[in-house]
Amino acid sequence: MGVGHAHALYIHEHTPIHRMAPEAKLVAAFAFVAAVALTPREAVWAFAIYAVTIAVLIRTARVPARFVAVRLTTIAPFIVFALFIPFIASGEQVELLGVSVSRDGLWGTWNVVAKATIGATVSIVLAATTEIPEILRGMSVLRVPAPLTAIALFMVRYMELVAQELGRMRTAMIARGYDPRWLWQAKPIAAAAGATFVRSYERGERVHAAMLARGYAGAMPELNHRRANRSEWLMSASLPVLGITVALVALVVT
Amino acid sequence: MTNPAIAAQGVWFTYPDGREVLQGLDLRVEEGERVALLGPNGAGKTTLALHLNGIHEAESGAIHVGELELNPSNLMEIRRRVGLVFQDPDDQLFMPNVAEDVAFGPANLGLSGAELDARVTEALAAVEAGSLADRAPHHLSGGERRRVAIATVLAMRPDVLVLDEPSSGLDPAGRRELVATLQGLNITQLVITHDLPFALELCKRAVIMDGGRVVADGSAAEILANDELLRNHRLEMPFGFNQAGS
Ligand SMILES: Nc1ncnc2c1ncn2[C@@H]1O[C@H](COP(=O)(O)OP(=O)(O)O)[C@@H](O)[C@H]1O
Ligand SMILES: [Mg+2]
Repeated sequence: MGVGHAHALYIHEHTPIHRMAPEAKLVAAFAFVAAVALTPREAVWAFAIYAVTIAVLIRTARVPARFVAVRLTTIAPFIVFALFIPFIASGEQVELLGVSVSRDGLWGTWNVVAKATIGATVSIVLAATTEIPEILRGMSVLRVPAPLTAIALFMVRYMELVAQELGRMRTAMIARGYDPRWLWQAKPIAAAAGATFVRSYERGERVHAAMLARGYAGAMPELNHRRANRSEWLMSASLPVLGITVALVALVVT
Repeated sequence: MTNPAIAAQGVWFTYPDGREVLQGLDLRVEEGERVALLGPNGAGKTTLALHLNGIHEAESGAIHVGELELNPSNLMEIRRRVGLVFQDPDDQLFMPNVAEDVAFGPANLGLSGAELDARVTEALAAVEAGSLADRAPHHLSGGERRRVAIATVLAMRPDVLVLDEPSSGLDPAGRRELVATLQGLNITQLVITHDLPFALELCKRAVIMDGGRVVADGSAAEILANDELLRNHRLEMPFGFNQAGS
């Protein structure tokens, strides 16, 4: 039961993108993805520019291409769904590999696949270069409501402990001859998860007491953090500025 | 006569389920003392600790910290003065990294900027944990976690440190380092423990609590040499421990 460093989506590296203040990265990623989403699907050249941009981003962040590819499989269900669109959409029909499909539907598939892939890739690069506490800190700098950020913070802090505890329970079960190999043997694991939940609840009460003991009065205090500086905002802005420019040109010419 | 660091007088407390855990408890700790609070499981030691900085509110009796009597209007100042180190460091270290955890208390007191950073540095230095500032709590060893937990409280510059079973779960080296750390802190300490050699090493005075009140109070050397007293309260020195030599 090894405890992995940081989270499973994080790649430990030292690049300008890793070092950039999280709020700048969050804004850049969000604005870029929004620009992509608004790009007309017929502007294929625009998507080519996006693809090159993201390739440069991945290189700069030193995220292995394989890593991105593996994580992209999470959007496979959307892709599969999108593949059906040409068969069910109506309108002008065209021949594709001897099958009659909707032209509009083909564009629909392209639209979903291109935009979902770009959006997911940007998220993967963001997660691979930013540790979770940093993402949360960026959220709070961007004025995401404090209770949301606090809940996310505790989930991250205690997920690790709960996982360790479950791991210990499983080891204890195996030590007593229980060897869960198949799903239908998982009942004791489920029971253990229940026990873990109750313990986490009791822990919650103790953690709350420990917070009160140090003067917690209902709001997370503002801690000192390095805020994004001007050059970071400028550097991070290059991504959405490029995206928005391309999207605007595409909107005008199509 | 100067004010005691902590004074509990006739404190009664019943949990919502009806268990009377503190039954007229009296305890006085003078400024600068390091006192061991001993007692079997369930004696009410943790419950008492939670009273000393107002997490639980006594039904009757009074608690003084220095010249201040604990009441809802001065809760914040009491919590600054009494630093509570919980038994399980994982309950105490709830922030993503050590420096932020240490900053939590003083930030609640309104500190910020360079002043806050200085507090964090000072508190971590006091427990020789300066190099751990950027680490995540779940990557620390048991002994490191314990020292950092103490730092989170020291950062509030308390007048009294109340430690709940600080040696539990530590290996011998971690335990030895903890003794050195606590001996090095120039602050009044109430050390809750049932690790008797640990108590003897640290404290000149020992108090035994059982059934929600204090049943013995005196020199640690004498109390810990009184086998019958210890046995009556389910406490015992480890086999072969030579206390005459200490
Ligand atoms: N939150 C709670 N609710 C009800 N009973 C409790 C609670 N916490 C502790 N107790 C009970 O109060 C008694 C004293 O507990 P505690 O103060 O933790 O003792 P000690 O720290 O000396 O072992 C025990 O019998 C315990 O079961
Ligand atoms: Mg206890």
